[in-house]
Amino acid sequence: MHEWALIEAVLAAASEAAEKEGLRQVSEVSLKVGELQGVDLEVLAFAFEQLSSGKFKKAVLKMETVKAEFRCRVCGHRWIFGRENLDEDTAEAVHFVPEVAHAFIKCPKCGSPDFEVVEGRGVWLTSIKGEK
Amino acid sequence: MIDPRVSMIDERMKEIGKVIAVSSGKGGVGKSLIATTLALALAEKGFAVGLFDLDFTSPSTHIILGIEDVKPREEKGIIPPTVHGLEYMSIIHYSGDSATPLRGEDVSNALIELLSVTKWGKLDYLVLDMPPGIGDALLDLIRLIRNASFLVVTTSSVLAFETVKKLVGLLLDLKMSVIGIVENMKMDKSAVIKAETGKLGLNFLAEIPYVPELEKAIGNKDKLMNTLLGRKIKELAAGI
Repeated sequence: MHEWALIEAVLAAASEAAEKEGLRQVSEVSLKVGELQGVDLEVLAFAFEQLSSGKFKKAVLKMETVKAEFRCRVCGHRWIFGRENLDEDTAEAVHFVPEVAHAFIKCPKCGSPDFEVVEGRGVWLTSIKGEK
Repeated sequence: MIDPRVSMIDERMKEIGKVIAVSSGKGGVGKSLIATTLALALAEKGFAVGLFDLDFTSPSTHIILGIEDVKPREEKGIIPPTVHGLEYMSIIHYSGDSATPLRGEDVSNALIELLSVTKWGKLDYLVLDMPPGIGDALLDLIRLIRNASFLVVTTSSVLAFETVKKLVGLLLDLKMSVIGIVENMKMDKSAVIKAETGKLGLNFLAEIPYVPELEKAIGNKDKLMNTLLGRKIKELAAGI
């Protein structure tokens, strides 16, 4: 699953952050997960459980989902992206490379593909907690 | 907030021997044909080779390779499909034939996403078909893949070569490795580009004449490698 690759990246980034902050043990890793990619939170949690080792062995994964909001650069219209409107192939393509949304999604007001993802793209590491 | 993807790129690239970015200051000089034939020539020599089309808004290596309906596999990441012996990645696996208009930030995001989740495995060479110019993809590549080496393509035109000089100047200022310059679509015997390349202190790797029959070989690997361009690139590959 692609989610495993994302958790590998989270753990690599969290290791760097723990190193920087001098943490011996990490107790909590917090993520923001944008809804654009349609990442499966259960698989993320499972992958975290399976892949965390060393100073992350006892860490708890906290996840907050963020709605994907788009803003049209042409007419300024803002809207919330809904994966349920996409067919299966398109949803899968956006899951792997969210930027291909520009190939398949248009501003519902003016029809332009020139929109920005205001928030809700990707997975972000927001904080780690632990013991020094 | 930290974008975790960047931390994974070195790990994903660690088993790749050499990354060769085929670049130019201008479009239309033959980068994609040279990147594709270089990758095929290296594979013919028995090396494990990947080809990654980084021209996200105007990808064309899939047309050169004559690809139909190949998809990456998903296995705790993305495993590129094998095409004519190459591990092949392109945004077309996801965008299909649809136009994909991307601004700079989107180009960066797509590049970082694919670099962080693509599992190339062990490769001797990864050839990158770069978009033209000194924009986001080039800057991200310099930032994210410090050991990339650049093979720069120009035509005989001063219009192309002037942009190449800017590109090469930037790369050398940033301490990137430049393998050398290829002069493509040459229509006379002028030695100006070769001399100018020497003045820049760079290797002049090959001069490739304009090859009228090339258009008919696009999409057919064997025909392509038997064109004069294919044969010249095989010679070049032998020296890399």
